[in-house]
This record gives sequence, structure tokens and C-alpha cells, in this order.
Amino acid sequence: MFDYAPAPESVRPDIKEHYGLFIGGEFTDAADGAVFKSVNPSNEEVLFTVAEAGEADVAAAVAAARQAHETVWGPMSGAERGKYLFRIARLLQEKAREFAVAETLDNGKPIKETRDFDVPTAAQHFFYHAGWADKLSYAGVGANPKSLGVIGQVIPWNFPLLMLSWKIAPALACGNTVVLKPAETTPLTALMFAELCQEADLPPGVVNILPGAGAAGAAVVNSPVDKVAFTGSTAVGRAIAGAVAGSKKKVTLELGGKAANIVFDDAPIDQAVEGIVNGIFFNQGHVCCAGSRLLVQESIADEVLARLKDRIATLRVGDPLDKNTDVGAINSAEQLARITALTEAGEGEGAEVWQPSCDLPETGFWFRPTIFTGVQQSMRIAKEEIFGPVLSVLTFRTPDEAIAKANNTPYGLSAGVWTEKGSKILWAAQRLRAGVVWANTFNQFDAASPFGGLKESGYGREGGRQGLEAYLDV
Amino acid sequence: MSKHIDPVRTEPVRLRVKKTYKLYVGGKFPRSESGRSYPVTTPDGAELANAALASRKDVRDAVAAARKAQKPWAGQTAYLRGQILYRAAEMLEGRAGQYAEELSDATGAELHAALGTVEQAIDRLVHYAGWTDKVAAVLGGANPVAGPYFNHTTPEPLGVVAVVAPGADPLLGLVEAIAPAIATGNTVVVATSESMPLPALSFGEVLATSDLPGGVVNLLSGKTSELAPTLASHADVNGLDLSGVHDSDLATELEAAAAETLKVVRRPGRSGDSLDLLRQWIEYKTVWHPAGMAATAGGGY
Repeated sequence: MFDYAPAPESVRPDIKEHYGLFIGGEFTDAADGAVFKSVNPSNEEVLFTVAEAGEADVAAAVAAARQAHETVWGPMSGAERGKYLFRIARLLQEKAREFAVAETLDNGKPIKETRDFDVPTAAQHFFYHAGWADKLSYAGVGANPKSLGVIGQVIPWNFPLLMLSWKIAPALACGNTVVLKPAETTPLTALMFAELCQEADLPPGVVNILPGAGAAGAAVVNSPVDKVAFTGSTAVGRAIAGAVAGSKKKVTLELGGKAANIVFDDAPIDQAVEGIVNGIFFNQGHVCCAGSRLLVQESIADEVLARLKDRIATLRVGDPLDKNTDVGAINSAEQLARITALTEAGEGEGAEVWQPSCDLPETGFWFRPTIFTGVQQSMRIAKEEIFGPVLSVLTFRTPDEAIAKANNTPYGLSAGVWTEKGSKILWAAQRLRAGVVWANTFNQFDAASPFGGLKESGYGREGGRQGLEAYLDV
Repeated sequence: MSKHIDPVRTEPVRLRVKKTYKLYVGGKFPRSESGRSYPVTTPDGAELANAALASRKDVRDAVAAARKAQKPWAGQTAYLRGQILYRAAEMLEGRAGQYAEELSDATGAELHAALGTVEQAIDRLVHYAGWTDKVAAVLGGANPVAGPYFNHTTPEPLGVVAVVAPGADPLLGLVEAIAPAIATGNTVVVATSESMPLPALSFGEVLATSDLPGGVVNLLSGKTSELAPTLASHADVNGLDLSGVHDSDLATELEAAAAETLKVVRRPGRSGDSLDLLRQWIEYKTVWHPAGMAATAGGGY
């Protein structure tokens, strides 16, 4: 293997020492003065302090969003709304590098991913939905669709800016206003987005950003919003579905997953190995649709595993700001503890663990890319979402067995299929109980492509024409 | 039995054969496993029949039957599903008079009004029969993604849908709930109108003679308070239709129970056109294919 000289990203965004809540177009501190810190997970240094929203702040934000919906954003023509969204998309593109570096600092993911995936995909999401704003009657959901009103949105820490864009862009395009709570560990790009809304002259109150933890999220869910949109864990999704019972609030939930990545014996092996690596180590495995269960046909299992280990041994784990880094830092100490506990459980239940012998930085939160072989379906590492760079490998003999094992999960978010045979792809795709199926590829996303799961992976779609349904009253 | 002998003609007056109203589960017409039944009357109290009083075990049996039937039903062609729904309309049309009488007895409506309701139900079946092979084209399609991929989205059935049928609209309301669910390949378990179950149970006979595979529709008569919570909390039910529930406390309780297994819930009072009702019980599946050689696929690493 070649040695790589360090290639650190040199741009540094202008990160403030302190951020407020973004309510009614202005930054303001919390009513009760609460503050928390955001930490760089790659070195545990404090990046900035930020106000923590409480119930009074949520009430103020919802009121600001309500007023904006009733007086400005709701009555505005779709074409004008669209122009604001186009403007936001362009500003994101102009500030792409600053957003990418900020995301890497706050989240720990490699600069390669924030630069080439998170930020451009977020900008595309605004650009795509901007165009919908004056064409909603053609979306196929009804002749005269109307906005819902104020949307409460709670997003996770794994793709902070991208999840924000998935939530805010369609909501605004459909004429709604939003109150969004970013994740506790990754509020930075949401706050920079708030500054960007100011720069875009977005009317005050259309977008409100309320950093905080679980209590702030619960306050948003329980506030008088018209709809709740949530991306995160299945446990919290259940609680939200219960909390809105009996209300008029609509709800969409994008929850956990335990995706099967099926490699048939007639697969293109080199590409499949790349896809397996991309499926589980993209974003340190902090991906709800990660291909965390590799189902490989028994006759080729030894060859696939050998090539997979060779490939994983070349992954560069370390400084997220280095342009050569493949695998960055785990987002938080809490998440690292969960990954560690589940991998220990995997060893305890008799699965065989393998890791490359890469060096890890001394400070920060790190976990080596990990493969478990000899995994049985009953083991926790085959059933529970680990949300980390840990792959569980199972084998199968027949295509029917592959489908049965792939579907043997309460989740149903995504799945992968690798085979050179087109008819086998269609056969498998029809039978897989998943909202997204990748054939001979994995972890592809696009604003025009609806994303979302079934069963305990939640309901509702984000992206595409189908994603608009969640934000329209038909 | 002597009172049935006409003393003048000395021939027996024919004794009417009354129907035993049983459940419709898995394509069969069983009694409740509990052996229970309950009296059903007209609105002014005249006795009509004893209907089976389904138990929680009957609910579980019906869900199992619905689950077993779901994959094969979804695997049928949309064209065939449409033909079967149309066949159900034909069967109902042929027996419209009988259903009008049963409906009139159940609800107290005038016979001609009841006949009008039956005809509406027939027309709704015809309407949804025509939807089966169009819904995928209307709701799905190819997505123009920004990369070398063929990407397409198709609607798929949610799975097993539990329906708490409208209490006061025992036939048309039932058809309006069932038809959009089964049109797209879902199977259903229905808690029929508690006080007016007979039109629903007879409707099972229409379905049974329409080539509808057993288990696609399952009809349970009994107490809503006993059947609905079991349906709402059942882990193998994917959707819950509460549009027929008028008690808002019960609806809230059922929705909260459904949240535990993240069921899709249709709340009371939600109206919508037929496409809206079809959309309620579908999931979208999106499939990505590299357009070109697989050698260009793989990951970004």
C-alpha cells in the first residue's frame, strides 16, 4: 500500500463563539438562558456554544412560523416562493466549501464526503423543490393542493445539512413554514443555514431553527404544529406516533434500518466489493439505510470475504479534514459506546470479528472498520441497528433463502442486490420488503428519487413527486 | 307444529329457512371459535338474526388468513384484480334486491332508498375495478436522477389493513373501505358495524362467489370494543382504518396502540377522493439500476 502525505483542507469557515436560537428571522438566546456546547468529535475540542431551546422558545418559534404562514408565505404565489428556494440553492452552492468544512468539524465525517456528497446534494434538494413550488397542481396528488401550515421537524446528526434540506425544501416549496430542531451534537450547519436565510432575505418566521436535545424535540412535537416530520431512531418514532394520536397533526417518520446487501454468485465481484464497502463504511456507517447485513451466496463467500478484507485494509481512517480520509470520527462518545457494546455482544454470541490494523488518533471518538463472520440471524448484530462501521456477514444457498433472510427484520428501509442478471434483479427487487432497492450499486440518493421505508422504518417518502404528499393538504 | 297446518287446504305452510349469519374468514364461513353469538335487531327492536360474536382469537385467525393471502394476492396481475372486483360488482347487482331488503331491515331505510345505496356500492366496486391497472402508472414512474442510473418508483401494497367499519353505513361504507385497499393488493380484516353486521356478513357471500381468493377479505361481527383494540395492537397488521370510528376517545386509544408497531393510520373523518383512498394503503418502492456497464457502479471509494 502507498503512504499518503497529509492533505489537509485549508479553508476555515467563520464559526462564531456563540450561536442563538433562530426565531422570526433573528438570533436570540433561550428564554431560560440555557446553553450547551458543540464538540468536534475528531479531537473533543469545544467548537462553540449555542442556546438550548425550551418550551417557551418553541412556542415563540411556532407563533412566528404561524404568522409567517398566514401573512406572507402562504399567500405568496408559488413562483415567488420558488424564487426564494432557487436563491437559497445558489447561496448554498456559493458557500459550499465553508458548509462542507463546518459539517466535517461538527460531525466528524470526512471532508471528501461533505464536499462531494452532503453539501452538493443538499443544494440539489433546494434547486429541485424550488421548481415544484409553482407546479404543485401537476404533482398528481389533487387538482388544488394546499399547504398544511406550520411544520415541526426534528432531524438526526448523521447528515445534518442534508437532512435539513430534505425537511425544509419540500415544506417550503409546498407553502408551509417550519420549526426545525437540529440534532444536539450537530447544530452548526443548521445555524449557518439560518444565517443564509437572512442573506437570502427569506421573510422572517418562514424558517425557525431551535437547537436542543430530546426535550426540545418533544416540545416541538407537542406544540400546535400542523405536521411533524421526523428522521431518527425507531424508538423515538414510536413515541412521536403515540404523541400525535388523536390530534389533527399529520406525521411522517424516517426511522432505522438493517439493510441486507445481497451478493449472488453471478455478481460482478469487484464492483460488489466496492458496493459493500460503500454500503457500510460510508459516513462511518452512521446511515439509516446502511448495508449492514451482507448476504453472500455460499459458493463465493470465501472469495468475496478475502477481497473485502484486502479492500478494507486500504481504507484510511483518521483526520476528517484530510482529503484522503475514507473513514472519519464517530459522532459522539455516546454513539461510540453503543457501537462498542453491540460489537462486544457480537463476540459474546460467538461471531468472529475482524478489523484492519490501522492506527487511530489518540483523541476523539474512533472505531475501526469491523466485519463479523459466522453471524446467525438470531444474534443482536444481525437484528439491531448498530449505526456504525460494523458489517455482519451471513451466507445463503438459494435465491429464495436470500430473500427470506433479507426480509427477516422488522425494518424495511433499503436493500442491495448484486448480480449481472437483469431478470434476477427484477425478481429480487419485487420480493424485497424495502422502500429503496439498489441494484449493482448502493447508497445512491437524489432529490428526484423518493426515499423512505416501510414497517418499523417508518412511513412517508422524501424526495421526488411522491415526497410532496407529506407536505400538502389534498 | 300443528299451527302450521292449514285446516282448509290440509297442506303444510312452508317454514322459511332462516340464514345463520357467520363470520367470513379465509374464504370460509365459520362460527366464532368462542361459540358465542349476539342478537341483531332492526332499529325498532324487531329480531333479525343471531350473528356470530367474534373473539380476540377470531381476530388473530383472521389476521393470519389475511397475511397468508397477501403475497399471492399482490402477486396477481392488476388486470386480474380488476376483473375480480368487477365480478363482485356483477354478483352484487344480481342480488341487489336481497341486499336492499337486508339493508332496509338493518338501517330502517325505505326499500327504494336502500336499493339506491346498494347500487352506489355496486358502482364503487366498478370504479375501483378500473383503478387496479392504472394506479401504478398514476402514482409511480421513472425519476430523472442526476446520474447514470435508471431509477423508477412503483406503488406496492402496504400489507394487511385492519378496518373498523362505519357503524351506521353497513354496506356502502364497508365497500368504500375495502375496495381501495384490496384493489392495490392489500388484504383486509374488518370489524363490521356492531349493531348492523348482517349486510356485511352477506356481502361475504358476494366476495366468495367472485373468485376473490380466500383471506383477501375477512369479516368479523362482534363488539367493536373487543375487536378493534386487538386489531390496533396486532404486530402483523400494517394499516389501521379508523374512518368509521365516531367515538374520539376510542379512536385516540386505537391510534396510540397502533403507534407501538408504527402502523399507517387513517384517522376518523378523513375524506378524500378515490386516488387519496388508494394512496392511503400503498408504499412506494424505488429501485436504482446503473444505466450502462456495472463496471461504472460500485461506490465512491
